[in-house]
Amino acid sequence: MSDNIQQRKTNAGDIVQEEVNIARSINNDYEEKYGFKDDVKNHIDIGKGISEEIVRQISALKNEDEWMLNKRLEGYKIFQEKHLPEWGGNLKDIDFNDIHYFVRATDKQGRSWDEVPQEIKDTFDKLGIPQAERKFLAGVATQYESEVIYQNIHKKWNELGVVFLDTDSAYKQFPDIFHEHFGKVIPSSDNKFAALNTAVWSGGTFIYVPKGVKVEIPLQAYFRINAQNMGQFERTLIIADEGSEVHYIEGCTAPTYTTDSLHSAVVEIVCKKNSRVRYTTIQNWSSNVYNLVTKRAFAYKDAVMEWIDCNLGSKLTMKYPSVYLLEPGAHGEVLSIALAGKGQHQDAGAKMIHRAPNTSSVINSKSICKDGGRTSYRGLLHMVKGAKQSKSTVICDALILDNQSQTDTYPYNVINEKQVTLGHEASVSKVNEEQLFYLMSRGLSEEEAAGLIVSGFIEPIVKELPMEYAVEMNALIQMSMAGSVG
Amino acid sequence: MLKVENLHCEIDGQPILMGLNIELIPGKIHVLMGPNGSGKSTLAKTLMGHPSYEVTQGSVELDGEDMIDAEVDEKSQKGLFMAFQYPVEVPGVHFTNFLRMAYNSRQPEGKKIPIFKFNKLVREKAELLGIEQELLDRNLNEGLSGGEKKKAEILQLAVLNPKYVILDETDSGLDLDALKIIFSGLTKLQEVNPEMSFLIITHYQRIFDYIKPDHVHIMYKGKVVQEGGMELVDQISKEGYSNFKK
Repeated sequence: MSDNIQQRKTNAGDIVQEEVNIARSINNDYEEKYGFKDDVKNHIDIGKGISEEIVRQISALKNEDEWMLNKRLEGYKIFQEKHLPEWGGNLKDIDFNDIHYFVRATDKQGRSWDEVPQEIKDTFDKLGIPQAERKFLAGVATQYESEVIYQNIHKKWNELGVVFLDTDSAYKQFPDIFHEHFGKVIPSSDNKFAALNTAVWSGGTFIYVPKGVKVEIPLQAYFRINAQNMGQFERTLIIADEGSEVHYIEGCTAPTYTTDSLHSAVVEIVCKKNSRVRYTTIQNWSSNVYNLVTKRAFAYKDAVMEWIDCNLGSKLTMKYPSVYLLEPGAHGEVLSIALAGKGQHQDAGAKMIHRAPNTSSVINSKSICKDGGRTSYRGLLHMVKGAKQSKSTVICDALILDNQSQTDTYPYNVINEKQVTLGHEASVSKVNEEQLFYLMSRGLSEEEAAGLIVSGFIEPIVKELPMEYAVEMNALIQMSMAGSVG
Repeated sequence: MLKVENLHCEIDGQPILMGLNIELIPGKIHVLMGPNGSGKSTLAKTLMGHPSYEVTQGSVELDGEDMIDAEVDEKSQKGLFMAFQYPVEVPGVHFTNFLRMAYNSRQPEGKKIPIFKFNKLVREKAELLGIEQELLDRNLNEGLSGGEKKKAEILQLAVLNPKYVILDETDSGLDLDALKIIFSGLTKLQEVNPEMSFLIITHYQRIFDYIKPDHVHIMYKGKVVQEGGMELVDQISKEGYSNFKK
């Protein structure tokens, strides 16, 4: 494998030419010529739909042990028993029998560049996404040029004892730590979609940061994107040992195209004493996708957990990153952006569970709806009896760009302790006519002016993103404003 | 020339401008004075094209071109600029980034100014006017004091370099230092661009310590009722507006 990668290390111009060739010959001699293949030569197709047999088949194909098979079967049973949630968005149209629950990486090469919708290609153009990435993002290519860069960085992490792997490999290579934490933060029984994920999970990211190690640069799925890790049912597990620090970034600003319409991930994070974890998501699934993701972190003594959650794409997203503040001094934050355009519903929010004294949390949610889109903020703030001197601040601001769009706020507070401090601010505003007039009086078009107002509205969250993501985010906002004002 | 003829305008059906005539001559400094409620600020906003102000009659020509139905941004790009009496706060929008967008909106395709070159341009203009550099790194009017907002308006004016400038009570609420920076700044801008002309809307005499108007217009009940030179200002300072209220 690495020989093949070395051979592909050419200069930038060659790479572009090569990409063109790849696109042209995608269904021909792709594997042979570019070496994209793994050890399994058989063509594996377990088809669509889900059953106990399929779950067993997935486990067998992955050569899993009894323990994991049982986890999967338990998940499947719970998935069958649980009803769809009655709240949130409309889930009735999901056809669970029309979904591929397991696709071997090599099977994914069946899609050609021609099948990718023009709209998605145009967006890549406008955002200036490099050619090599476009193929990957559109699901045409399964590996990405920067594999070589990744290998070098990987070496450095290895020296520090940092484990950064896809979850399937981690399960094989680090069974002890895997068994200890898998399904502990989010058990199968948590909700129907967590159960489904447990039954059919594949891929995802596994990170372990040893005691006291501070990972300086953000770990990005970007460097190692491959079909395994960007699956529809990926499972991510991050363990930050005592005093460690890590920042993980998933997703990207460009639309992620898929023909299968359900993405249901589970992300579990353990922040041990004094550790600090930041998890940044930029979600831009294509508009056919139901994005139903469960994300939760346990934060122990004096640990800090931050979720930065940007939801731009999908048909319906239901996602409420949560932090369980389990020991004194733990701090949790959720900073989120939701953008809902035509046909989209972003039902997103946060959960903060204060289960120890002197814990603190911040929720800051900014949502924008336009062209008939709908945003819902749904938050839970729970302070148990005994969580004395804990404090929480919740700010949720919504911006509505036109009369067809809708925004709602569902803040739930369960406060069982008197000695706590709570702050809550909520605002709903329309794009202000005086601001538009002011900006246009300086020569900006109405669309540019509205885009600028929206960028300013989300700036407090965007400034938390790494530079390249922030720039792309603003470009995307400007782009999505085109034709949506007036 | 900016030529306004027989302009009528209303807000919510209420007539405010009733047959107003005024001409702004390139390179000249015009002052517009008048008692409260005579429609001075309405004139400024109507010329710029505020959506709440409905023009019912009359014409506005910019260098011979009819501008009455033009969009706000088009007017801006054709050389009209209004310094706001109450500059609007746009949270989270960086001043210099915004101003670069505004600057580039009037450059032809392929001639957009790169960031570093633009930053240099803004710094030079701030220096010319004696405006503190800190302003460049703030958000657009967000959390600025009244004086800082007005300085930011003049800095935008300096960078965008329009031909016809309306200053809507820019002098109100300013301390002497800010007043000096802004109004002596206008003269400096005119030295750079001799075509630049001003319509300064004001209540106060104190700006005349820093700037000498070429023309003075007195407005009352939605019309310009008298035109002349500095002698009108002297007359108002002695007698108020009583003689103009016919």
